[in-house]
Amino acid sequence: MNTIKAQRIKPKHQRLVLLVIAFVVLIAAGLLAAWALRSQASYFYVPSEILADAPEPDRAVRLGGMVENGSLRTEADGVTIAFVVGDGKARVPVRFTGIVPSLFVEGSGVVAEGKMGADGTFIADNLLAKHDENYVPRELQDMDAHQARQVVSETR
Amino acid sequence: MIAELGLAALWLAAALCAMQLLAGVLAVAGKGGNLAGLVRPAAIVQGMLALFVLAALIVLFARTDLSVLLVAMNSHSAKPLIFKVAGAWGNHEGSMLLWVTVMGLAGGFVALIDRRLPERTMLATLAAQAFVSLGFYAFLLFSSNPFTRLNPPAIEGAGLNPLLQDLGLAFHPPTLYFGYVGLSVAFSFAVGALVTREVGPLFARAMRPWVLGAWIFLTLGITAGSYWAYYELGWGGWWFWDPVENASLMPWLAATALLHSVGVLASRDALRTWTVMLGVVAFSMSMIGTFLVRSGILTSVHAFAVDPERGAFILVLLAIYIGGALVLFGLNAASIAEGKRFSLVSREGALVVNNVMLSAILAVVLFGTLYPLVTEAFDTRVSVGPPYFNPVGAAFFVPMVLVLMVGPLLRWRQDRLERVGKPLGIVWTALFMTGAILLAATAWIGWLPWIGLMLAAGLAVASWLPLRGRNLRRTPLAVWGMVMAHFGLAVAVAGMASESAFSVEKLVAARAGEQVTVGPWQVQFRGIEPVAGPNWTALEANLTAAYAGSPPVAVQPQARSFWSPPQQTSEAALVTRRFGQLYAVVGEAADGDRWQLRLWWKPFVTLIWLGGVLIALGGLLSLMGRVAFDVRRAFARRRIAMRREDMGR
Repeated sequence: MNTIKAQRIKPKHQRLVLLVIAFVVLIAAGLLAAWALRSQASYFYVPSEILADAPEPDRAVRLGGMVENGSLRTEADGVTIAFVVGDGKARVPVRFTGIVPSLFVEGSGVVAEGKMGADGTFIADNLLAKHDENYVPRELQDMDAHQARQVVSETR
Repeated sequence: MIAELGLAALWLAAALCAMQLLAGVLAVAGKGGNLAGLVRPAAIVQGMLALFVLAALIVLFARTDLSVLLVAMNSHSAKPLIFKVAGAWGNHEGSMLLWVTVMGLAGGFVALIDRRLPERTMLATLAAQAFVSLGFYAFLLFSSNPFTRLNPPAIEGAGLNPLLQDLGLAFHPPTLYFGYVGLSVAFSFAVGALVTREVGPLFARAMRPWVLGAWIFLTLGITAGSYWAYYELGWGGWWFWDPVENASLMPWLAATALLHSVGVLASRDALRTWTVMLGVVAFSMSMIGTFLVRSGILTSVHAFAVDPERGAFILVLLAIYIGGALVLFGLNAASIAEGKRFSLVSREGALVVNNVMLSAILAVVLFGTLYPLVTEAFDTRVSVGPPYFNPVGAAFFVPMVLVLMVGPLLRWRQDRLERVGKPLGIVWTALFMTGAILLAATAWIGWLPWIGLMLAAGLAVASWLPLRGRNLRRTPLAVWGMVMAHFGLAVAVAGMASESAFSVEKLVAARAGEQVTVGPWQVQFRGIEPVAGPNWTALEANLTAAYAGSPPVAVQPQARSFWSPPQQTSEAALVTRRFGQLYAVVGEAADGDRWQLRLWWKPFVTLIWLGGVLIALGGLLSLMGRVAFDVRRAFARRRIAMRREDMGR
């Protein structure tokens, strides 16, 4: 049956059919990507934003700010830490189980990936701190520009 | 002196490149007169000059000549020689020089050996290559001169990022660059063919070795990069969907599609316009990748050499090359004659599905990578990770692999599915048996790993079927290459799926003498000791690990502190057994006498990279087969021509 079909299609039509198939699949890819990006992209919050307009409970988000001085403590299991992230206007308690990045210290910037818990504690699956002396996560660079003064006066 | 010689040679190479472009364009336009004869020699000499420039920079680094700014910034006299040499391209200027050098050498090589293409297409190709190179020469000379002097000379170098002091990483960027540059040659071929509108099997055969070569390097580069991220970052993951990783994956996806469509064009003279388009897209992806990595416009765990101004320069180059190529495509594509027809159920039809699906995956990765940039324009900051890439990518990967099981069994032009029913039965059996066994024998492992393992089993069987009924001794190398690469894909997918399905993780704060069980391993924590290396000190955890009752081995993960520049890294310790890897990381002191340890048992994780190597090996076999075939044919032609002359024609 395919044999007959192949012979019937004119050369120009075959090119057209292939183009249409490619376009349909690519548009499907685009639509699927757009839909998934809207539902799966992880939004970046600073503490004042996350308190004002909390994300849905199951949604993975990222929280960035400064680790407050004196807030960092290790829990009894030895691998869970709790600390407070602030942006000068608001403070959010964060819990993280795992090995912290080498440059994670009080008074420095951090981006925590995770979910907002029902009790108002942010449960982090991953922490991103400064990579080296020169590297700051872009989100924090930006936040510094916006809010540097408050953050510094608040966290130092 | 060496620095000045290097700079002079760089200017000279750039001038030759400009000449190559001008002579090429005039010759193609038919106004060149004798200029056409200049193009090939210019390309060859330019390549050799570029090699000389790179050699000069390497010598400067090897001697740690601190009167050169780049050396002072990036090297250190106390570094081992191999890292001094690798340091030459472990920075922005040096890596751009490496790019230009490889590009020049590739252009020279094309000029030297390729005699298959019509001369006019060849000249257009070399002119396009010169055009691309010229942008990079300008970039080097005007904004990233590697030979800038420092007066007075520095007393000591500023070192090299310790994360980069790693043998794997010293050779990882060059590998990717070879891939990118190979795609630039494919791009030049595509542009050359577009200019003269001579798109056919000859063009495809000239382009194919370059695509194959680029693809092999990209495959190896991605595989090595993934392994590097796995053991060096100490996070236990092997792929993070990080922008820098995506930047290397996107050209690979495009090159994989191009590789398959150029094959159709070479053997069947179909998919002409599509192949040319993919040639343009593949190089665009390399440029976008370089731009994303170099500009630091996206947050990345791998962001090292970041400079927005240079990013802008690359963006301008990107716009010129790609914009130009697309305009040319728009003007000339419609006048490229239609290739040969084929029915939907045929080898060509299957390869079209492969191409369309790969393009769709490419679009998915590209959207996901660029989406944070788009939202940032509206002042919303997002990041996109595995929850997006994994399922959406899989939506196109799964149908692609299903077609891949059938495609190589089909005949060219037209075929019937019933003809391959029997071998397909074996494949389906393997696939569903695996699915059923997994359901029965293990706890639910999640949709994606389950589907992944089924596909891997089906493909592992299906990949060997094209050899069925062939005389194995007389099977062309290219067929072996295809079998090997497809089998490699099955192996890699099996590794990825098992890693996410069966990994066991233990996170503990342990006292000296404490025992931890991770999967089949018994790990004992003996204590922490300070150790020192040439440019670092470290806290080393002493562990002994016994696999399923066999005698224990020492495992020593470290938390390292480098002092020049000051930086801390975590050195994971790995123990490889036949069925997987033990992965150990040491953290901080939890309190007085307890230390944080993170241990993973990752069954079959090594298959991921083994698969990558097999895929590259398949490419290599195929390349060898193609080149040997071409050489034999060239000799045969020459012999026939000589015989004709002898007969007095």
